[in-house]
Amino acid sequence: MSQQPTREGGLLYRETPSQTAGPYVHIGLALDVAGLPLRDEEIWSRMAAPEAEGEAIELVGRVIDGNGDPVRDAFLEAWQADANGDFQPDFDLQKPFNSFGRSATTADGASEWSFTTVKPGRVPAANGKPMAPHVCLAVFARGINIHLNTRLYFDDEAEANAACPVLNAVESPARRETLIARREEVDGKIRYRLDIRLQGEGETVFFDI
Amino acid sequence: MQDSDNKRFVPRDRNWHPPAYAPGYKTSVPRSPNQALVSLQHPSRSELTGPRFEALRLGPHDNDLLMNYREGQGQDGLPIGERIVMFGRVVDQFGKPVPHTLVEMWQANAGGRYRHKKDGYLAPLDPNFGGVGRCLTDAQGWYHFRTVRPGPYPWPNDPNSWRPAHIHVSVMGPAIATRLITQMYFEGDPLIPRCPIVQTLGDPEAVDTLTGRLDMARSRPMDYLAYRFDIVTRGALQTYFENQG
Ligand SMILES: [Fe+3]
Repeated sequence: MSQQPTREGGLLYRETPSQTAGPYVHIGLALDVAGLPLRDEEIWSRMAAPEAEGEAIELVGRVIDGNGDPVRDAFLEAWQADANGDFQPDFDLQKPFNSFGRSATTADGASEWSFTTVKPGRVPAANGKPMAPHVCLAVFARGINIHLNTRLYFDDEAEANAACPVLNAVESPARRETLIARREEVDGKIRYRLDIRLQGEGETVFFDI
Repeated sequence: MQDSDNKRFVPRDRNWHPPAYAPGYKTSVPRSPNQALVSLQHPSRSELTGPRFEALRLGPHDNDLLMNYREGQGQDGLPIGERIVMFGRVVDQFGKPVPHTLVEMWQANAGGRYRHKKDGYLAPLDPNFGGVGRCLTDAQGWYHFRTVRPGPYPWPNDPNSWRPAHIHVSVMGPAIATRLITQMYFEGDPLIPRCPIVQTLGDPEAVDTLTGRLDMARSRPMDYLAYRFDIVTRGALQTYFENQG
């Protein structure tokens, strides 16, 4: 372990440095995608069962690189409040809702990640004021040296979005749009779509959290 | 008010971590944001809370890669390779243990081949090796895995790039803000300084912290060698007196 001095004159261990999750991240964290047999319980993309409280939705999107090509080996993690705005930190597959989920883009076809969940309620910001409903996303992949933190917001929450202190921390209004998922209805199911652009035109806002 | 509302983490030192854009590692070139990260000056519950996995039902061999993927029987069911134990402690930046946190790992087999649909390296798959493990740290932050030492493998970057032997490691820590994925290397591996992914780290001391150390005291005679790899997650600060209005 390595130490660094603090402003107060003390010593602090340095955080273990990140390294890319690499192209074979699925072996460890998305076994089905790697083609490995599943263990008794796996952490995956179904965050809400049909009986979970709230509006059942699907989140879906791609990850696009700086050349405009889909990233086919991205791994994502989601963290969100339940329909009442409360986090459910104790991960338990027996419960109807979990705040945590994992997904990966597919190697072929549309190359989309997806989560089955419910629309989150509002969570207070540090100053107590409510943030707009959102899902925290972390993106890992080959070529990503330290994971990227972003958020997914909802386009049918215009008023809440306009007042959200975190969205407003993004200086450029045009860039705020990169975080807003578009609602679509497919076969009676509600789906919100958001492409994450790693670089270049329409680059997604990533946060230092 | 929740406990998390008073918490903050020591800011991430982005100069200690590898930069997003590291041209020596070619895939990072199109996959690195051009824009600066937006700092959340006052993180909320969305960042300061995170999942806990005490209720996740782990299998009896989830942290034993010698046993958790066996096609053969008896000794014929053991993987080929140098038997090792990888162990260590998860602590925060103040040296406080991180108890009951999820540690996951994955690796190539002794020949340097991953059991992954997309790995086409000519080294063979091992019928008795899957290459994935997971466990929770104990009350003092300790974790361990029993496995075989992975082989180095070639990859397309420079005309002749080889990854040093490594084990990928994922640690959750107490919050979304402490989430971390990294790799452990093996002490003395001559491929470490030649690896473009290792070289994304700017500081040789950072490379040093990712190097697992041979620990003869924890090795078992006639059975396995032990490598120690301690993991440091961001330290939690309590800020009861801060005016966040
Ligand atoms: Fe690897």
